[in-house]
Amino acid sequence: MPSQIVSLVVNGEQREFIAAPGATLLASLRESLGLTAAKRGCAQGACGTCTVLVDGRPEVSCLVAVETVAGRSIRTLEGVAAGGELDEVQSAFVDCFATQCGFCTAGMIMVAEALLDRNPDPSDEDVVEAISGNVCRCTGYRPIVIAILEAARRRREQAPQEVASR
Amino acid sequence: MARLRGRGYASVNYPTGMNLGGDPSQALIHATTTGTFVISLSSVDLGQGIKTIAAQCAAETLGLPIGNVLVDTADTDTGPHCMGTFASRGTHRVGNAVIMAAAEARAVMLEVAAEELEVDAGDLETDGTGFIRLKGAQEKGIHITDLALAAHFKHGRTISGRGIYLKEPSAPVPETGEMDPDSCQAHACTAAVVEVDDETGVVEVLELYNAYEVGRALNPAMATQQVEGGAWMGVSHALFETTEPYYPRRDHGPRDFAGYLMPGPADIPLQHSLFLERPAANGPYGAKGIGEMTANAPIPAIANAIFDACGVRLDTMPFTPERVLRGLDALHG
Ligand code: FES
Ligand code: FES
Repeated sequence: MPSQIVSLVVNGEQREFIAAPGATLLASLRESLGLTAAKRGCAQGACGTCTVLVDGRPEVSCLVAVETVAGRSIRTLEGVAAGGELDEVQSAFVDCFATQCGFCTAGMIMVAEALLDRNPDPSDEDVVEAISGNVCRCTGYRPIVIAILEAARRRREQAPQEVASR
Repeated sequence: MARLRGRGYASVNYPTGMNLGGDPSQALIHATTTGTFVISLSSVDLGQGIKTIAAQCAAETLGLPIGNVLVDTADTDTGPHCMGTFASRGTHRVGNAVIMAAAEARAVMLEVAAEELEVDAGDLETDGTGFIRLKGAQEKGIHITDLALAAHFKHGRTISGRGIYLKEPSAPVPETGEMDPDSCQAHACTAAVVEVDDETGVVEVLELYNAYEVGRALNPAMATQQVEGGAWMGVSHALFETTEPYYPRRDHGPRDFAGYLMPGPADIPLQHSLFLERPAANGPYGAKGIGEMTANAPIPAIANAIFDACGVRLDTMPFTPERVLRGLDALHG
């Protein structure tokens, strides 16, 4: 199988690049597009640090052959901070000390974004379930759960104001 | 068939740094033209927070806002020497070196300010917001940005400082074995509350109470993070992790995260942590090391809690359901 040109919509922008046969979405993001927020932890779908959103759903990008998502919309951590401003999830991670070495952080934030998109008012258990495929070796998880609940609260508080200001 | 509850505790004394052939770390600090103090270190931040602690120590010593401090740990080839971030030594060794470097830089800063303001350096003080002012005459002062510019372009001075902390080697006295192996010791105690299912052998850690005497918690939020993240690792060693499973053949051992088990976010205990602060005389602002010890006390505390719950005394980690059940069989036949 020859290399082929693959086109993706990455963080809202059309991107085209040459993908070697069997290239994963993770390798394409990191090596072809220079987007290194998603990390390669286990390369077998078991740690979650490579998580990105494909059409809004969290996927472990190390297990996705890039040609199978051609033309789809990909969201990575780089696309989260709108205009360089941290969003609610990111700022809650900072404020709640939800990161130490940071290796898991990109994946944790992406699963949190996906969770809050479909459930703006998650319970403790919902958050635990959402991050249950993501390994963290440093924090003991609790600060991450607290940060995601806090981000949800901040986003809910902001939402009515946004509606009012329209 | 019952879930049996038990409590156990364990304590740990943990040395800060090492002795062997001596244990030094260096720090260099200099002001840029606009008054940012750059700390050069070879100490690596892998998430434990040494950059934050170094910046805090420098800001406190300089008397300037923490925003005026930049920590650069870029290159261990070209940076000032550091033995490394291990042996729970980073905060103690590097913190002390940074304080020494910042104290030297502060003295130069005040000298140049004295020239600039035509007063005596001994009459100057920092206000913590970025100004160097004349004591008792608050209107007479200069901002560090203006001062750093003046130092470079008018006075031809470098506002800089050098620091090193060395724990000297200490050989044992042959007759007594007496020696001074570490700089200070931190102390901690963890109490664990567990439930043991006597049918399945599964142990669940419900709560951990952590009390830490660390000299001084320079950054209490980060110290708490260290304690609770470390305790998670302790729980993981106590109940889950092993590279040597008890199956007959080595190649049945874990090779990935599917087989090498660790507690996930649903398996974590409720934690309560507090600090007792008894500043160490040789610590940076009294701090001792707190890195590695945080995984230690939870493990024997959990073993003791299992014994309290069901009478099974386990001395091999991890305390797997199989080991608990074998222990119960041995007790009750
Ligand atoms: S790198 Fe993809 S799940 Fe670990
Ligand atoms: S912060 Fe280090 S792995 Fe999560």
